[in-house]
Amino acid sequence: MLLRESSKFPSYNYRTYAVRRVRDAFRDNRSVQEPELLNRLLQEGEQRLQMIRRQVLVGQLYATQKSIIE
Amino acid sequence: MWASRLLKPSWLPARLNRARATLAKDQKLELGKDELRPLYMDFQATTPMDPRVLDAMLPYQVNFYGNPHSRTHAYGWESESAMERGRKQVADLIGADPREIVFTSGATESNNTAVKGVARFYGQRKRHVITTQTEHKCVLDSCRVLESEGFDVTYLPVMSNGLVDLELLEKSIRSDTSLVSIMTINNEIGVKQPIGDIGRLCRSRGVFFHTDAAQAVGKIPLNVTDLNIDLMSISGHKIYGPKGVGALFVRRRPRVRLEPLQSGGGQERGLRSGTVPTPLAVGLGEACRVAQEEMEYDHQRVSALAHRLIQTITSQISDVILNGDAIHRYPGCVNLSFAYVEGESLLMALKDVALSSGSACTSASLEPSYVLRAIGADEDLAHSSIRFGLGRFTTEEEVDYTAQKCVQHVLRLREMSPLWEMVQDGIDIKSIKWTQH
Repeated sequence: MLLRESSKFPSYNYRTYAVRRVRDAFRDNRSVQEPELLNRLLQEGEQRLQMIRRQVLVGQLYATQKSIIE
Repeated sequence: MWASRLLKPSWLPARLNRARATLAKDQKLELGKDELRPLYMDFQATTPMDPRVLDAMLPYQVNFYGNPHSRTHAYGWESESAMERGRKQVADLIGADPREIVFTSGATESNNTAVKGVARFYGQRKRHVITTQTEHKCVLDSCRVLESEGFDVTYLPVMSNGLVDLELLEKSIRSDTSLVSIMTINNEIGVKQPIGDIGRLCRSRGVFFHTDAAQAVGKIPLNVTDLNIDLMSISGHKIYGPKGVGALFVRRRPRVRLEPLQSGGGQERGLRSGTVPTPLAVGLGEACRVAQEEMEYDHQRVSALAHRLIQTITSQISDVILNGDAIHRYPGCVNLSFAYVEGESLLMALKDVALSSGSACTSASLEPSYVLRAIGADEDLAHSSIRFGLGRFTTEEEVDYTAQKCVQHVLRLREMSPLWEMVQDGIDIKSIKWTQH
């Protein structure tokens, strides 16, 4: 879900960063077992998801031209 | 004429800008609707705001607009608690106490306050200040002002790798030295000074140590206690935070006193009067918090990208020089000199990439950067230098594209260069006697 929302960023740099960062974060936390840590990570994930949704909206409101690399 | 100066993008050379200023006034300086945006490779000039930072700031721009110094109502209280939260986040990043952080309008103001404030406060008995020749313009200019007030300023030269000579520094410290100001990471060549050693030296000689850490905070681990730093300047827009805010760390134990620059209602412990801009302070705090989380990840990425960039370029063209020490540096600031190519023409050719040659503050003049001159770069090499800035949001594709275009244009420009022809024929350029026509 985080990945899907991240890929909606209109800005090339924000989009690639968010997708990459989410992917790497999940990969790094793959082997976490303790329930407390898991809960905290899940909560943080939820908050991040809300933040990404909001910022995607802001980006779309003030959309500009695409980058040369796209 | 001054208005067009403000709008000019940093990658256009000065003479072209003056020509543009005299052109028709309806000449647009912004990108047209169908034009594509260039790649951003100038992270030392400024950085885009991290989405997390903007997200933290927006509530304080929209709804929580109270003055943090209003003590009588909820708007003030919530604003104040947000400001203090931001302050704590900044302090945590550098290992300081929140009471030691003063919010300013940016690293320039922090530098001015630190240099002028400390020198003037202790100016009765201590009349000597030490700095380096590669400092940021604001520090050098503050020192010039101090000189006009009768202080003695020593501008230490740097070695050819950009680092300060510690023995020379030790010899320069006098009994009446009040302050040593040396930046942590240079914004033009990315060189990282031996801050720990300098701090220890200053502490042992009873001299205050100020460092302009605008380019270093949040990118390399910094602890003001371990490094014996007494004053530190922080800039918001270099660490993916908002523009227009910065901070100054002023040590409380042992206490550093300084004469405030800005007088007024006594905010920020009397050191910097004026309403603290809550959204900006919140943004700076959030930027520091994010930087602390992401420091390891970003550093690894940026190092890999920088290595990739340098490898790609140097493996395809010869006579490329990396300015500044190869080891003691921040990887994200790559300053390369391409021999036999004019820097400005290379920048113009690379119009799809936002780069800079010389720092943004000095790109108005035609002279080569004083930092490059201080490290002893040849005049012609200094003119052919380009600074590639990499950061959190740079991608491999952008680096590959930039490297490819750079190689392509350097080869093309060298084809056209008569100097290059002569070098290929084996003539030693330096032995040529140029005559006037």
